[in-house]
Amino acid sequence: MIIPIIRTAMISLRRDRAALALSFILPITFFSIFAVIFGGRRDTVPKITVIVVDEDQSQVSRELVKGLEREGSLVIRTRPVSNNKGVQPGEYTAATAEAAVKAGDVPVALIVPHGFGENPISFRSDQDRPTIQLLNDSSDVVAWQMVSGLLQKVAMTSMPAVMAEQGSKYADQFVGGFTPEQRKRMDAGLEQLRQYENREAGNGENATSNGPSSGGIVAVKTRAVVGENKNNPMVSFYAAAIGVMFLLFTASGAAGSLLDEADSGTLERVLSSRVTMTTLLAGKLAFNTLLAFSQLVLMFVWAWAVFQLDFLDHIPGFVVMGVCTAFAVGAFGMLLASICRTRAQLGALSTLVILIMSSVGGSMFPRFLMPDAMQKAGLLTINAWAIDGFTKVFWRDEPVSHLWPQVLVLLTIGVVLFAIARKIAERWEYA
Amino acid sequence: MVFASAGPIPSSSLSLSAPLQIEAVVKRFGQVTAVDGITLELRSGECLGLLGPNGAGKSTLIRCIVGRVVPDAGRVAIFGSPANSAAARGALGWVPQEIALYPRLTSKENLESFGRYHGLAGTGLQQAVAWCLDWASLQDRAGELAKNLSGGMRRRLNMAAGLIHRPKLVLMDEPTVGVDPQSRNRIFEMIEKLHGEGTAIIYTTHYMEEAERLCDRVAIVDHGRTIALGTKDELVQNVFASRSQVLARFADQAGGVGAWVEQRGGRLVDSTAQFTVEHPTEIAGLLEDAARAGLELVDVSLRRPNLESVFLHLTGRELRD
Repeated sequence: MIIPIIRTAMISLRRDRAALALSFILPITFFSIFAVIFGGRRDTVPKITVIVVDEDQSQVSRELVKGLEREGSLVIRTRPVSNNKGVQPGEYTAATAEAAVKAGDVPVALIVPHGFGENPISFRSDQDRPTIQLLNDSSDVVAWQMVSGLLQKVAMTSMPAVMAEQGSKYADQFVGGFTPEQRKRMDAGLEQLRQYENREAGNGENATSNGPSSGGIVAVKTRAVVGENKNNPMVSFYAAAIGVMFLLFTASGAAGSLLDEADSGTLERVLSSRVTMTTLLAGKLAFNTLLAFSQLVLMFVWAWAVFQLDFLDHIPGFVVMGVCTAFAVGAFGMLLASICRTRAQLGALSTLVILIMSSVGGSMFPRFLMPDAMQKAGLLTINAWAIDGFTKVFWRDEPVSHLWPQVLVLLTIGVVLFAIARKIAERWEYA
Repeated sequence: MVFASAGPIPSSSLSLSAPLQIEAVVKRFGQVTAVDGITLELRSGECLGLLGPNGAGKSTLIRCIVGRVVPDAGRVAIFGSPANSAAARGALGWVPQEIALYPRLTSKENLESFGRYHGLAGTGLQQAVAWCLDWASLQDRAGELAKNLSGGMRRRLNMAAGLIHRPKLVLMDEPTVGVDPQSRNRIFEMIEKLHGEGTAIIYTTHYMEEAERLCDRVAIVDHGRTIALGTKDELVQNVFASRSQVLARFADQAGGVGAWVEQRGGRLVDSTAQFTVEHPTEIAGLLEDAARAGLELVDVSLRRPNLESVFLHLTGRELRD
C-alpha cells in the first residue's frame, strides 16, 4: 500500500512545477549564493578600502603606508579616484577623508599625524606621543576592527628598523645605555635592516596576512564619524532590510488577489463594467503601495518605540524613501501576479525570487560583507536601493535632496515593472 | 418561425434599436471554429433562450456579447453600440455562471463595489443596492459575508450584482446551476419580475423546462451555428408538425428492445422507447408489432412533443463533453 502512495505523490510532484522548483531549485540557488559570499574563491574575498592621510610625511610614516599598501585585504587610497583622465586630484586631507567616510565612500580612514615618525611605537602607555586617528562608519562593524588589527600587524612587520631603534632608546633610558662599541654595532645593524627593508619594499610583493596581530604598539584612537550619536546603530539598517523583504512577500501576496479574481470569474465581471484593465491594475498597484507603506510605517515606529530609533527627526526622508520603496515593491508584486497562472505558481515564484533578491540585495546580511561582484549584482534588486536610501536617511543623516539616485531608480523600477505587468495582463482582457 | 441560416444577413434587416444584434459572428481558436456565422436579434423586452449542448459555441457567443472575446468576423451591437464600448457596457448586465463575487465582502459591500465599478455613487448607488437586495430577497442578509451565504443566496446575490446598474439588457448564463428546487423557483420569480418590467434577457440553460417557462423565443446552437430559432410552439411545429410522440416501456430491456426500436424508426431514451406518429391510431399497429417481436409491454403513453424533444431531435443523442 505504501508503494502506490509514493507513486501517486511522485506523479503529483512531477506535474506540479511550482513545488518542484521550490523543492530543488531554491535550495541549490541559496546554497550557491551563500557559498559565494562566505566560502567563495580567494579572488572574490572582499577588500576593505581605506583612506590614508599621511600628515607626517616622515620616512617612518611612509613605511607604514607602504606596509598597509602591501596588505592584500586592503585597498589604500591616498587621493580620490580621478574621473578625469590626466588630471590627478589632490591628496586627501583629514577633513576630506572624514567627509568621505561620512558620505559612505569608504568605511575607514586613517590619519597619520605630524610627529608620528619621531615616536611611532611604544610598549607602554604614553599619553603624549602622536596618535593615529582611525575614522570609521560604525554601520560597518567589521571593517574598522580589521583595519585596526592590520595596522598593528603592519607596524610590527613593516618597520623592524624603527622597532629596533625604539628598543635601543629604551635600553638607553632604562638600562643605562650602550658602550661606544655596542652603539657602533647597533647602528651598523640598523643600517643593514633599513637596506633590507628598502629591498623588500622594492620587490613590491604583498605581505601575507597570516598570524596573529599584537595590538597596542602603535597608538590608535578610533572615532566613529557616522553613527557616533546613534542610540542603536544597526536598528535602522535592519528595519529597512527586513522590512523590504517582507514588503516583497506581502506585495506579491496582495497582488495574488488578481489571480483569485481571474479564477472565480470576478475579474471578467469587473472588466465588463466601466473598469478597464489599466484602471484595475493601477488601483491594485495603489493599494499595494499603500499597504507596503503602512507596513514600513509600522516597522519604523516599532523600532522607534522599542529600539530607540531616531524616527521623529527623519520623517521627511522616511516618507520619500517609504513611498518610493512601496511603489517599486507594489509594482513588483503586480508583475509576479501577472506572470503566474495560479496561486501555487505565484507562491513558488515569489518565494524563489524574493529570497534571492533579499540575499543578494542585502536584506539578510549587509552587502559590504559580500564580494565585489555580488555587491554589484545587488544593485539589480529593489532591496539594495531601498536599504541604501534608508541608510542615508537614518544613518548618515543626509538631506532628502541626496536621495535622488535611490528615488530615481526605485520609481523607474516601479514604472517599468508596472508597464511589463500591464502588457502581460493583456491575456486576461480579450480572447 | 425562422430556421437560421449560417450565412450573413444584410445589416438593413436588423433593427438599430434592438437590445442585441449579432450579425454573422465568427470566432476561431486555432483550428477550431467555435462560432461559425451566428446571426441573432433580440427584440425589445424579449427573453431569448440560448440552448445548446456542451461545446456548441454558447459560451464563446456569450463572451462575444460581453466583449470579452473579439470576433474574427461579424459584429455584435448592444442598442446599436459595439460590444465592449462604454455605451454597451452601461446597457448590458452580465450574470456569469460562476459565483463572481468577493467572498470576504458582505452582500451589501459586494453590490456597492460593483455599483461603483459601473459609475454609481451616492444616493443613486444606495437606491440601486436597496433595489437589488429587495429583488434578490436578501435584505436580511445584507451584512452577511458572501462566503457565508447558502448556495441559493449566493446565486441570487450573483444575479443581483449583474443588475446593480439597472441595465436594459441582461445576459444570464445558467443562473440556476447547483441550486435546490426552492431556490430555483425563487430565481424564476426574480427573472419573471425583471422580464415583466420590460428588461430584455438572454438566458442560457441546459434545463429545457426553464426555457419553456421563461423564454419568449429559443435559439438552439450547435457546432457554432444557430440551427433553430423561434417560440417553443414554432419549434415543435416545425420539427414534428402535427405528429405526436408515443412513449413505451418494455419489461425486458436486454431482450432486443433496442434493435426493435431502431428498426421501427424510434429511439431509446432512458429505457423508454420513443416513436413519432402522425395519428394516435398508429399506436395499435406499433403495439401489435412489439407483441409479434416477443416484447412485453409495461406501459404506453401519447404526448405532444416538447422543447426537449426538439432539442434532442436536432442535436442528436451522442454524448457531448
